[in-house]
Amino acid sequence: MAHVHVNPNDPVEVLIEEQGYDDHFHEHHHGDKYQSSFIGHYIFSMDHKIIARQFLITGMFWAIIGAAMSIVFRLQLGFPEADLQWIKPILGKWITVNEGVGQLSPEFYYALVTMHGTILVFFVLTAGLSGTFSNLLIPLQVGARDMASPFLNMLSYWFFFLASVVMFYSLFLSTGPFAGGWTAYPPLSALPQASSGSGTGMTLWLVSLTLFVVSALLGGINYITTILNLRTKGMTMFRMPLPMWAFFVTAILGVLSFPVLASGFFMLMFDRGLGTSFFLSEIFIEGQALDRVGGSPILYQHLFWFLGHPEVYIIILPAMGIVSEVLSVHARKPIFGYMAMVYSILGIGFLAFIVWAHHMFMSGVNPFLSNFFVIFTLIIAVPSAVKVFNWITTLWGGNIRFTSSMLFSIGFVSMFISGGLTGIFLGNSAIDIQLHDTYFVVAHFHIVMGVAAFFGMYAGVYHWFPKMFGRFMNETLGKIHFWVTLVGAYAIFWPMHYLGMAGVPRRYYSFETFDAFKHFGEMNQFITVAAVVVFAAQVLMVINFFYSIFNGKKMTTKNPYGANTLEWTTPIETGHGNWPGKIPSVHRWPYDYGKDGKEFVPQIFPLEEGEVAGDH
Amino acid sequence: MKTQTINPLTVRNRIHPQLFALYIAFGSIMMMFAALTSAYIVKHAQGDWLEYIIPDYFYFSTATLLLSSVTLHLSYNSFTKNKEGGYKSLLLVSFVLGVAFVVLQYKGWITLFEGGVDFVANVSGSFMYLITGLHALHIIGGIGAITVAILHAYTLPFIVTEKRKTRFKLVLHYWHFVDVLWIYLLCFLMFVK
Repeated sequence: MAHVHVNPNDPVEVLIEEQGYDDHFHEHHHGDKYQSSFIGHYIFSMDHKIIARQFLITGMFWAIIGAAMSIVFRLQLGFPEADLQWIKPILGKWITVNEGVGQLSPEFYYALVTMHGTILVFFVLTAGLSGTFSNLLIPLQVGARDMASPFLNMLSYWFFFLASVVMFYSLFLSTGPFAGGWTAYPPLSALPQASSGSGTGMTLWLVSLTLFVVSALLGGINYITTILNLRTKGMTMFRMPLPMWAFFVTAILGVLSFPVLASGFFMLMFDRGLGTSFFLSEIFIEGQALDRVGGSPILYQHLFWFLGHPEVYIIILPAMGIVSEVLSVHARKPIFGYMAMVYSILGIGFLAFIVWAHHMFMSGVNPFLSNFFVIFTLIIAVPSAVKVFNWITTLWGGNIRFTSSMLFSIGFVSMFISGGLTGIFLGNSAIDIQLHDTYFVVAHFHIVMGVAAFFGMYAGVYHWFPKMFGRFMNETLGKIHFWVTLVGAYAIFWPMHYLGMAGVPRRYYSFETFDAFKHFGEMNQFITVAAVVVFAAQVLMVINFFYSIFNGKKMTTKNPYGANTLEWTTPIETGHGNWPGKIPSVHRWPYDYGKDGKEFVPQIFPLEEGEVAGDH
Repeated sequence: MKTQTINPLTVRNRIHPQLFALYIAFGSIMMMFAALTSAYIVKHAQGDWLEYIIPDYFYFSTATLLLSSVTLHLSYNSFTKNKEGGYKSLLLVSFVLGVAFVVLQYKGWITLFEGGVDFVANVSGSFMYLITGLHALHIIGGIGAITVAILHAYTLPFIVTEKRKTRFKLVLHYWHFVDVLWIYLLCFLMFVK
């Protein structure tokens, strides 16, 4: 039997060789099958680590576009009089020049707002976050060679890529991309003649998101199967690191809710192209009654939000999982209340499915029905609060290392508290009468699932960058990135609560003509300036990212953070199959930090004589 | 330290990961049809609903589909018992019955259409064609899988291996699933109208 070289001075390698499970991997040279050519290795790769990087970089590409869009519409909101001729080379006819002053066209403003939402929610915070870290970490942390089906995994990325291409193409249509809001409510989305973006723009939007649903399903099926079927010896469900639990429940949410969105999309496509009336009724266009009757636009809202609400947990749960891990590693303490963390993830996952109508309190839903949704919505505060208290308690008395990833994790907790509290306001159907469709909502969801999820993602990127690229990102730039983003994000979104309480509606192009709202001009200027500064900090992060891939400080030890999880037992240059020899077996939970006088004890170390397991 | 000789891959994988993945996909497909039938119920409750009689063709097609599930299962049994003749011929029979199902569904749609159930005039008709049409697409996907199984049966040498058993099981379980799904949909259309 051919043996891989084991370094006798490395206790980790010796342990894996002694205790690990031999699946005869190194005799088969599977690696060659996947990595023999450039195309097989870097493009149509079936290696989960490469696919993770593909998701991450595609996600970053979209994040830059989505964020740049927000800068353009923030300029319009903050400085409506300003001359925007300087972006005419990029936006072309969407900047109209009147008497030497370039103005953003109102139609394109709506397109920008719509695309910003679609891109950030689906392409960046779903594919870019869950796609990246589920792919990277699931096989590495449960101790598997790869995903259950590397082929479906590859398809998952390429469906996402196709969805990206279609959506990107729609940005360049002469009639513009879809402009009816990221939720694509009918009739704006159902009638091609409703607005210029409702024609080809909406068709491409539907095609793109249908491809995206396929991608999410293929990915999700794989993540669930891998976690349930391919855990290594000793890796019981309750010995899994918390990111695994988070990705697991995230995948279940996606697999159960995305098909419902697909159903809604099919009906919408039929309404658009084949003349059915699922969502259309009593509509007048330019004084003419449309002959489409019998449908219900509310029906679409139900179908959309049945995905839409789980979707926000699909975004935030992976961030929560990443943060739990990073906090524990860098506080050098076990995560506080591991079981409570697991049950709260499961609780959030369950509640995610029975709160969707809280997005529809103002859509004419029966107020008695709303009561149930109010109650379930407010109950979500319980598992969320459990998690928050556990994170804070994990930090308490910890030997904290303020790395960039740790700072972003702590920032995540801050953001999640700030944004979560306003959720309690919005979850009440009575208060929602005033706050619905105002900037209060914008502030709430940006803080709690936009900024917070980004913080979780950044924590993950800074933390696992060495695992992805064998080098570290620059810490100084990382800390600048963190502080500017933290202060800047609060500067952007905190004032929006006041705008919202004053009733300023979201999605408006301009407030100049409204006596009630126009005196908020200076506040809007302040927000815009903060947004530009935050955007600059993200550009800094992107530069740091790509610079560090090639020139970052090299990783010299396998386990630079002194972490317990299995990914840090793989070689620095992790090849296909993750472990060159045997698969390590697991003997303890992943959070034995500061136990019995030892700083950390990785999962592969057997319990010593008389040692009580840390999780009991 | 006790030595453990249990192989984790054989202990835990009582279900093959690919089969397990397929079952999760069933969950997804069920959610899609659950969404459609829920939307149907909501719309139905709002009135303005055209009632129609389920065409007899749908009952014939149901019988055909049930029969095809039986023949495919018998084909699988023959395969595992090393009976090449039964395996190949029953596979072909299942394929023909699968195609017959789609043809009978089509006949049913024509009957409905000629009876005045239009695709666009009333939402009840739109739902009927959408739901049964999407189901038929899933059947066609299954027919595709059976076609691949037939190609394997006639081109590969007849050897019963675990790998081929698993592959066959994937087709078989999917086919049973779309069968049961159809029975649910038919009952649904019969009782909620």
